[in-house]
Order: sequence, then structure tokens, then C-alpha cells
Amino acid sequence: MSTRDEKERIALLQGTLDLLILRTLVFGPEHGLGIARAIQRQSDDVLLVDHGSLYPALQRLEGQGWIKAKWGVSDNNRRARFYELTRSGRLQLTHETGQWRKMVAAIGRVLEPGEMEG
Amino acid sequence: MFRRPRRMSDFSAEVQSHIEMETDRLQAEGMDASAARAQAIREFGNRAASEERFFESSPASVVEGVARDLRYGSRVLRKSPAFTLVAVLSLALGIGANTAIFQLVDAVRLRMLPVKNPDQLVQVRLSSMNKVRGSRIGRNTLTYPIWNEIRDRQQALSGIFAWSSSAYDLATAGEPRFIQGLVVSGGFFSSLGLEPKLGRLLQEADDTPGCGFPGAVISYAFWQREYGGQPGAVGSKLNLNRHPVEIIGVTSPGFFGMEVGRSFDVAVPVCTQGALYGRDLKSLGTIWWMTVMGRLKPGWTLPRASSYFQSLSPSVFQISLPANYPPVSMKDYLALQLVAEPAGQGVSDLREVYSEPLYLLLAIAGMVLLIACANLANLMLARASTREREITVRLAIGASRGRLVRQLMVETLLISTAGASLGLVAAQVLSRLLVSLLSTQGNMVFVNLDRDWRIFAFAGALAVLTAVLFGLAPALRSTRTGSGDVLKTGDRGTTASREGFGLRRLLVVVQVALSLVLVVGALLFSGTLNNLLSAETGFRQEGVLIARVAFGALGLPKERIGGFRQDLLERLRAIPGVAAAGDTDNVPISGNSTSNAFWMEGQLQSQARECMRSNIGPGYFDALQIPLLAGRFIDPRDTQTSSRVAVVNEAFARELMGGANPVGKHLWVEATPSEPATSYEIVGMVRNTKYIELREHFPPIVYQAQSQNPIAEPADAFLIRSSLPMDALTPAVRAALTGAAPGIRYKFQLFETSIRDTLVQERLMASLSSAFGILAGVLAAIGLYGVMAYLVTRRRNEIGIRMALGAGRREIVGMVLRESAILLGSGLVAGAVLSRFATASVASLLFGLKATDLRSLLGAAGLLALVAFAASYVPARRAANLDPNTALRQE
Repeated sequence: MSTRDEKERIALLQGTLDLLILRTLVFGPEHGLGIARAIQRQSDDVLLVDHGSLYPALQRLEGQGWIKAKWGVSDNNRRARFYELTRSGRLQLTHETGQWRKMVAAIGRVLEPGEMEG
Repeated sequence: MFRRPRRMSDFSAEVQSHIEMETDRLQAEGMDASAARAQAIREFGNRAASEERFFESSPASVVEGVARDLRYGSRVLRKSPAFTLVAVLSLALGIGANTAIFQLVDAVRLRMLPVKNPDQLVQVRLSSMNKVRGSRIGRNTLTYPIWNEIRDRQQALSGIFAWSSSAYDLATAGEPRFIQGLVVSGGFFSSLGLEPKLGRLLQEADDTPGCGFPGAVISYAFWQREYGGQPGAVGSKLNLNRHPVEIIGVTSPGFFGMEVGRSFDVAVPVCTQGALYGRDLKSLGTIWWMTVMGRLKPGWTLPRASSYFQSLSPSVFQISLPANYPPVSMKDYLALQLVAEPAGQGVSDLREVYSEPLYLLLAIAGMVLLIACANLANLMLARASTREREITVRLAIGASRGRLVRQLMVETLLISTAGASLGLVAAQVLSRLLVSLLSTQGNMVFVNLDRDWRIFAFAGALAVLTAVLFGLAPALRSTRTGSGDVLKTGDRGTTASREGFGLRRLLVVVQVALSLVLVVGALLFSGTLNNLLSAETGFRQEGVLIARVAFGALGLPKERIGGFRQDLLERLRAIPGVAAAGDTDNVPISGNSTSNAFWMEGQLQSQARECMRSNIGPGYFDALQIPLLAGRFIDPRDTQTSSRVAVVNEAFARELMGGANPVGKHLWVEATPSEPATSYEIVGMVRNTKYIELREHFPPIVYQAQSQNPIAEPADAFLIRSSLPMDALTPAVRAALTGAAPGIRYKFQLFETSIRDTLVQERLMASLSSAFGILAGVLAAIGLYGVMAYLVTRRRNEIGIRMALGAGRREIVGMVLRESAILLGSGLVAGAVLSRFATASVASLLFGLKATDLRSLLGAAGLLALVAFAASYVPARRAANLDPNTALRQE
């Protein structure tokens, strides 16, 4: 008895949250909840962002200088802290995306033969 | 790039806005307000953990991190003010006491003199003063003729100078007002590189033979005290021993003199000495009173200078040999050796007497601080167990252990730094108190207590050391908790605390052991003081007033001095209420002594024995109530013209005559600078008395008649026994003295006080070691109480079960007391072993008991056991009063 709601959700791999946050912010400034929703929506609800980890991650990225933040007002008139990609953040995103692709390809190569045998 | 770190409150606001927006969204989807809010919060997860991770992950340099730890730490400490207060105050007290004692050690032992390049200063002195004859004034002093020779011959030192200290009287009549004076050679101030604050300092040109009173230099402190710092002081006249002397200058504020423990008020050139003292010491080769110092010339080292002065010695002593030097001692004089010693720290009697006690007190205070640290460590462990959950949560969500230890250590350092800062303030008060304990009526101790870098370094080191001692183990221990376990248990976080509890027990055992050592020490030192106070002196010191009288200023001819003295005695005896009065040149137990070699008629001079001697007048034995055992006392029949007589004590008869009755026999006194070898008839024998100090065995003493003394000294001490209260007696004595001669000078002191004042060091050790001993005992009791109370709380369940199974209150009390007895017992055994080693080092300071005194050890153990029992009885009672039902239900 399977419903659509029970489809498997994947917890994010260590380190991938940073990449996804940077990627999300390419489309413009967004607040924390907005970032989490965007990641969830764009992954067809497969990737689940732990809200508790989100903010420390944002904090970390801000500390690296890849994003910057300022308080603003949300769509429904709530005060919220909006994050924006910096120049170095864009460079970092390009760099990390490249790294990610390489890694996925490499992991794929490792996994393929095993599947052949099985 | 420096950015202000983001505040936690800003972060919290962001989280809050997140939750509100989520609530909005859920409400928009049709949830009702409260459910939406609940779900938003639930979805967010652990907010505290998130905040913690914010805290952990914030970008921070080490400096920023520590700054944040400091803020966090001070917030944590502000949240528990009671803990913080107790911790800071006990550290302030402990560090304050240690720093105060260290300030004295620093001032007395470590500091250099406040002069230019003190490390170049050397003192020229004898390798040993044991064999010199004559009067020795001060430690390591030389005679003026020797100083003359050294100055004219030596090549090793530049700017060689000599000085001597003495008291001057400021009063114009009546009771003296003594100030500290220096006589200095002309090069004194220039060689030390000192500058005047005002006017000018003494120079070579001021110090010419027969100079009269060319002027005096006063110290900055004296200028402030006596003249309120008025510039008009320079040029005005000062009365020194009733001679008006012009003040020519004031020294700079930092210079207090050449002696540590004594400050100088006035300095005059050495050429003034004869006129000032009324007796010129400069021509005398048997008065040892000058301290000689100089600066090493470039290229000279101390060893080279020392061997140079040794090679110079034969010619110096050959030329300076005094004509009246006792013939038997001439060979010793010619063999004297000069050496050079470093003198950058000045000279100090205080240093000689108090070095050992001060280091000992520092060790004692250090142990008290250790005990206090053990208590704090215990407190920290107790706190750690209440903070176990906080720490476990933080560890669980990824805080590194090092990070947590750092934060806990920053908290600890905050406490210890606050304690040390307060301690530095307390030390200023305590060290002054200590110095005032060292001072007596006759000896005002001055010690430079200005704080130098060493004091701050010491307090700083103590702050770090104590933080490590009481903070590190608890910090390491509490962050080692296996994560998760604590979260699962109830409110009484007991995980891993078996280990933690073991540490707390160990701390208490250490505390008991250390306090036993301190209490044993306290008992040994108070026992010593008591033994000395009740020591048999051989005389009765109670009810005796000493009047030290000087009548040199009267200008009496030598032959009239004896008669004047006799007149004074009669006037004193005539005072109603005076039972007896006698005089002596040497008040017993005053620190002064004269001795000489004596042998019996018929013996060889080589069989001579060193004995103490006093010149006394009639009435002396009555005044001190020293009983006559055979023959007669010295009496008015003994005069300058009658045959020479002496009274001896039992010890003399025993040691020189094998205990035979000495009366009627003749003794010989070795030649002195003032008298050739002379034979005296022994006319009486008296009971043994102490002579120099209370600690000694009864020495052999020879009493000679003051009236037959070849040196007619215009000074004497009158001992007046009376039943009158002192405030009635002193005016009567004053009237009698001024009645004999208005210009007479005198000084009063109670004999009892004078003897007690010789016990300053013993009293200091007894009172301080007792204070520290009590403190140690109380601290250990608090430690024990804490651990026992904790034990009762921890074993509430077990106690409940025992009670439910039928254990009575007595069994429960017994159980708790047994636990504490084990801790106490282990501590006492360890302490007993420890005190064996520790007390061995104090043996030389004790009197009338041994360092291994069993009674002191048992007494100390008994006292501590009593205190420990009291401290553990309270928790034991609480355990016995537990209601088994509640105890068992409370999980």
C-alpha cells in the first residue's frame, strides 16, 4: 500500500547543503526558509533540508564570505534575513559544481562494474 | 578582514522569523493557528542545538573565539553568583596571603638596592668575625683604622665608601625621640649614583677631619614626615643629639638607605661622628662599626677582587694593629682575611633572621591555597555534573572536546584572574600587617613594599596555576562523558560520575592530609612560643621597669660618674612603692652581650673558658630577685679603690670548678682593650639565669662591680622593681631622674615587654601558622561536607531501600559516618607521613619540643577528626531523616 506521500526522502550528504544553498541563491536573494523550500521543490521533494542544520550552514557560508546577508521584509510582511551570493560565492559555486560533477562521474565509474556483475 | 562577530540574539531572531513564516504558510494551507505553530516548531527541530551549532560554526579566529568564550563564561558566572562569589573570594584570600608573604620575600631577599647599577656593588669584609676582639656594632663591620688602610691602598674598586647606622636623638631634653641616622664617608652618595631631590648631598669635601657639623642630608620620607615636604627645610637646623645641624639636602624618594628592614632619616659625614656621639670611634682599633663598600672597576670580577683583598690583608692588618689589642689575640688579628662579597642587595639583619621563616610561611600559605583549590575543584566537579546535560548536548551535536575544554578553562581563568586581582589588593593590606607584626617598640621595621614586576608575575602565575589545579581536571572529566547516556537518564546525571566521585574523594583525602601537616605545624609553633614564654629565666621579670639612662651630655668628669650613678640609685629607691633598684650595663635577654675568657687561679690561661659578663651595681640581684646561694652580693663597699670582686653563677662553679663552692677563690679575666689581665676575688654565688636569649641553656656568668669598671661609661640601665602601676611609676621615676640632673636622657621599657619583644619571630610563626592551620582545617571540613552531602544525595535510592528493608536511623547515620571516617583516616595517615618530612625542616625553629612531637601529631589528628565528624554529621542526619517512600519514588 504505497502512496505518493511515502516516497523516499534522502537526507543530505555532508557538504552538499552548502553547494545547494549557493546554487539556490543564483536566482536572487532569499531568506532561510525560502532556501529550504526551494531546495525541496527543485528536488521534487526528494531532498529534505533539516532546518536545524540550515542556519549554521548559512552562518558558515557567510563566514567564508561567499554569501552576505541583510534583514528585509518577506512576501507576507515578515521581517526576515535575506542572503545574497557574493562574487567569491559565485566563483566558489562554479568551482564546487565542477568538483561535484567530477565526483559523481567518479563514483559512477566505481559503481557501474559492480552492477554489471550483479 | 575584521568583522564584528554576529550576535546570538540576531541568530535567534532569524530562527524566530523562520518559524513565523512557516506558521504563516501552514495556516495558509488551512491549519489552525496553534497547530500550525506547533508543527513549525517541530519541523525546525532542536532550536537549542541549532543555536549551539551556530555558536560552534561561527567563523572565529582564536582571539575572537576566546573573546566569545569570555563573554559566554562571564554570563555563566553571573548566572550563578553564589558559586562565583565563593570561588573568587576564597582564591582572593589564598592568593592574597601568598602574595603578601611573597612581597616580603621579594623585599627582603630578591630586590636590589634602589641605587645606580646595584649589581656592581661589593662589600669588603672579614671572612669571619669570630676571632675579633672589642665591640662589634652591626654585622660584618670593620674598624675605622682598617677602613682607612683599605681606602688608601686598594685598587680593585672605584668609588669606595663606608657607613654606619645609629640612632640619633631629636629631643632637646627629657625622653628621647630617636630617628635612624647614618654616618657616611664623603664618597657615599656620589658612589651610589644618587641625586638630591632638593639642595645637595654630602660630598668628599664635607668629610674632612675635625669638620664639626658641616651639615646633614635627610631622607625624602623624613622630609615629608617632619617638614611636610616644605622646601624651607633645606637650610634650617635640626637637633641631633642636642647639636644643631644644618639640613643641606633631601635624597630622592626611592632611596631608603643601605639596610633592608630599616630606613634612614638623617645622614651626616663620618667626620661629625665624634662630636655627635660624644665619643670618637675613629681612632679606636677595637670598635667594629663601619660597613665598607665600593664598585668593581671595569674588568674586575668578584672572585678576582676577593682574592685581591685577601692578598692585601696582611699589610692592612699589620699597619692597623691597635696598640691596646689584647696580646693573646694579636696573632688572630694579624691573620684576619678581607674578602669581597656582592652587596647589591644591601645588608640586612632582617634577611638573616627571617629568610627561613618567610620561605616556610610561603610554603604554608601555598598549602592553604592548594587546599582551597581542592575545594574549588570539588565545586567545579559538582557544577560539572549539573551541567552534564548541557555539555553532552553540545558534544552530541558536534562541538569538539577541545573547544569545550577551552571554554570551561576560560571560565576557570575568569574566576582565578578575578581572585588574583582581588588578592593583589588584599596583599597590600596583609603585607603591611605582616611588617607591623615584625616591628617592636625598640625596632621599627621598614620594608619597601612597592610592588615590582615580580609581585605581579607571582600573582599572575598563581592565577594560572590555580586555574589549572582546580579547573583542568574537572573540565577534562566532564567533557569525557560518553554522549547519549546522560540524555537518557533522569535528572540526576550520574553517568561517569563514579569516576568523578572517586576524584572528589581523592581531593578530600589530599585536603585532610595537607591540613594535618599545617595543624601539626601550628601546634609545634604555638608550643614553641608557649615553652619560651614559660621558660625558666632564673629571675622574675614581672613588675620591673627598665630606665635606660644616658648622661654623657652632662659632661661629668670620669671620676664623678660612679658617684652620680650611686646618687641616681638612691633617688630611685626613695620613690614610695619601689621595692628595689639596681643597675647594669647589660640587661638580660636584650640581645646585647659581653663575654670574655676566664680561668681560675692556679689554672693555665690555656684552660680559660669563654663566659658571659655583666657589670652591675648593688641592688641588681634584689631588683631581679635572683637568689644568693653562697657568700654575698656586690655592695657599696666595692669601690674603685677596694680589691676587685666578682659574683658568679652556679653554671660558672660547675663548669670551671667542678661544682665546688667558689666563694673566696680567685678568677682571672683575660686582658681586654681597656684592662690588662686581672685577678678577681669571688665573693658570692647566685642562681643560674638566662643571659642572651630564652632559648639558651644557663650560661656561666661573671658579675663584676660597675663601680670597679675601668671604662666609666656615662650610660646605664636601671632596673626598678615596684608594685606600683606603670603609669604611676614612670612619672615618679622621671621626676627622680630630672631631679638629679635636668639634662639627663632616659628611655623607659617594661622588662617583661623587652623580653617578649625578643620573641617576635616565634610569635609571628605561631600566630600565622595557627591562622593558616585553622583556615586549612575549615577548608578541609567544607570539602568533606560537600563530598558527604553529595554522597547522600547520590545514594538516596540505596538509603531508601535500606530503610525499607528495616535499617534504622542509627544504621544510616553510621553508614554515612563510616564513609567519612574512611576518607578522614586515609587523609590522616597520608598527612602523618607527610608531616614527618615537612616538620623536619622546622626543627631549628622549635624550642622545648621535637619536630616529631607525638602529642602535637595526635592533637592535630584529634582536632581534625572532631571537625570532620561535625562536618559529616549534618549530611548523615539528613540521610537518616529521608522518607523511604519519597526516596524510592524519586527516580
